[in-house]
Amino acid sequence: MASAVSGAMDRLNEFQQGSIDAFETLFRLHQRAVYGWILRIVRNPSAAEELTVETFWRIYRAHARFRPEMGFEGWARRIATHAALDWLRTKRPESELCQQICAEPAAPAVSDPAVTAEIRRKTALAFGRLPPKLRVAATLAVVEELPQKQVAEAMGISVAAVKLRVFRALRLLRKDLEGQGIRP
Amino acid sequence: MSTHDEERVKELLRQALKPVEAAPEPSRDLWPAVLQRLGAGPVQVPWFDWALLAGLVGLGAFFPASIPVFLYYL
Repeated sequence: MASAVSGAMDRLNEFQQGSIDAFETLFRLHQRAVYGWILRIVRNPSAAEELTVETFWRIYRAHARFRPEMGFEGWARRIATHAALDWLRTKRPESELCQQICAEPAAPAVSDPAVTAEIRRKTALAFGRLPPKLRVAATLAVVEELPQKQVAEAMGISVAAVKLRVFRALRLLRKDLEGQGIRP
Repeated sequence: MSTHDEERVKELLRQALKPVEAAPEPSRDLWPAVLQRLGAGPVQVPWFDWALLAGLVGLGAFFPASIPVFLYYL
């Protein structure tokens, strides 16, 4: 057990010094988690793959700034979040999100049968119009129901700031929906 | 916005956007793409840009009065 821990630490130290072999080991260990994290933010599998490559490229470029004692996973998640945010900023939200959501079959009526497919579509489009930072916070904290602490660490902000962003996202979403005649 | 309203909007959002499955996997091995990206190195600056920069530096060195004019047009 102790040797496994020390082996992992050695690998992190080697990566910090720029070893490609150590980097590949870390890539193999964390590729799925990083891809899943990005997919949760961008909700587009092919973009998530491209962004996973971009993230690991950024990770390798920053290897000298990596602090092994802080762990790899949280650091990678933070870089992945920034890469995904950069991508969201360059995309026209409506077209991207609509492609994703409108292509998916309507979600089953979970609790409220009054919520029609049309309302869901309009909600998704309105959500796509929100500023990327608010969208990311709301996606991770509300849709994916991830712990706010984890979201805060990944976005590089405090838990209070996550709560504020979620609140602002929900308020803007409600205003947008009301403007379309939908009263949540 | 009241707590009740907030919960209603959250519920609407959850119904509009489905959560991603537990452990999604990329459709292919991404390591070759990462290696290719690493091998690509930093962005190459075209020789013309370097020549233009050298020309501007030369202009500034020989004709310092042109610097404010150049800055004005930036």
